[in-house]
Amino acid sequence: MAQEDFIQRDLAAHPLPISPIYKTSMFRGPTRPPLSLKTGMADLTGPIFGAKELGPRDNDLILNYAKAGFPVGERIIIHGRVLDGNARPLRGVLVELWQANASGKYRHRNDHYIGAIDPNFGGCGRCLTDGDGRYIFRTIKPGPYPFRNKVNDWRPAHMHFSVFGTGFAQRLITQMYFEGDPLIRHDSILNTIPDAAARDRLVARLDLAASVPLDTLAYRWDIVLRGTRATVFENKLQGN
Amino acid sequence: MITPDALGYLPETPSQTAGPFVHIGLIPRQAGFDIFENNLGAITLGPEIQGERIRIEGRIYDGTGAVIRDALVEIWQADSFGRFNHPVDQVPGPRDAGFRGWGRTGTDFETGTWSFNTIKPGRVARRHGEGFLAPHIQVWIAARGINLGLLTRLYFEDEAVANAEDPVLRLIEQPERRKTLIAQRVNGAENTYVFDIHLQGEMETVFFDV
Repeated sequence: MAQEDFIQRDLAAHPLPISPIYKTSMFRGPTRPPLSLKTGMADLTGPIFGAKELGPRDNDLILNYAKAGFPVGERIIIHGRVLDGNARPLRGVLVELWQANASGKYRHRNDHYIGAIDPNFGGCGRCLTDGDGRYIFRTIKPGPYPFRNKVNDWRPAHMHFSVFGTGFAQRLITQMYFEGDPLIRHDSILNTIPDAAARDRLVARLDLAASVPLDTLAYRWDIVLRGTRATVFENKLQGN
Repeated sequence: MITPDALGYLPETPSQTAGPFVHIGLIPRQAGFDIFENNLGAITLGPEIQGERIRIEGRIYDGTGAVIRDALVEIWQADSFGRFNHPVDQVPGPRDAGFRGWGRTGTDFETGTWSFNTIKPGRVARRHGEGFLAPHIQVWIAARGINLGLLTRLYFEDEAVANAEDPVLRLIEQPERRKTLIAQRVNGAENTYVFDIHLQGEMETVFFDV
């Protein structure tokens, strides 16, 4: 495997570490600039996961916690590709997902929202991308829910994603939203990203073509991790 | 929607906070339920794994000095030979193929403590320049209120010689800031190192953009 450096991260396309509209970040975001380093071996490498570590229903949230029936809510497929910044598919990388249920309630001991727990819904899944970098989950659409920020702040329906690339420097946790949700433009979390085009990259599109007729709607969302640049010329240029 | 730029590069997907319920997806048992047959993130140290057994632990503090109890912590490190369990690491020499080098946990909901039982990594050959880096562990944290996952490095108090020549530590201009990356040995507890992370304030930990 060739050694390539990661292209430096465009921090302008990410949220600010401290965003006044998202109050918790005022106490938890670093105030000092990060120290920028050239890519080291610890950044180029990262954990590799195997198919044997996952179960066959890990990416089917409709079935992976079903006890006495299906979970309540809109049945959906979320699918897409994991690519790098060079538009190459990332194969065999781990994609993990977690979400609220149709009532906007999380299966979590710290979630005290009034929404109902769904006995048939766990709310998490995971898969490895295939040979074309594709991932797919079947689940139910999460509901919106209020959160403590301003007194009437609501989260749009969203899925949390955790993604590994080939190197630890590509590690990413983010959230995906659904096209057309009127809460999107009011969201204090999404609006921590100053750039409107960057925010739009977190919005999944309805994919009627991939939907299962009379059964399940589909949404499509592609994920891009950092790209690389070849280092073949580096020594020549530095050494003159 | 993703649109390539004029040269065909794709922009990186923006980060978002992991939120308070990150445990559901990544450490569901801590969220309070069992779902997967195999939970990821435990570090397995079989008898065949070489190297000094160590425990690293710490807490994460916010800008007011309060302990953060809902954070995700991941580590990535070399084996005792200074090699990473990954095909890109083609440096010649012995390696410990059974040591994955990756761990994941959450800070405790009551005490805010995180910990890993692992091995002390060896010195990794420098990619840029001659010589070796001081033993270190990459630490990555995500949590509610953290908008982009934070990467830092844990170095060891008892590696003073290696630390003094480490190019990354030397790059930190202020000696006081350098200290934020040095895990301290715990008196009385053998092979335990404490590494506290401060997100803001006088002792704000040095975070990296790699």
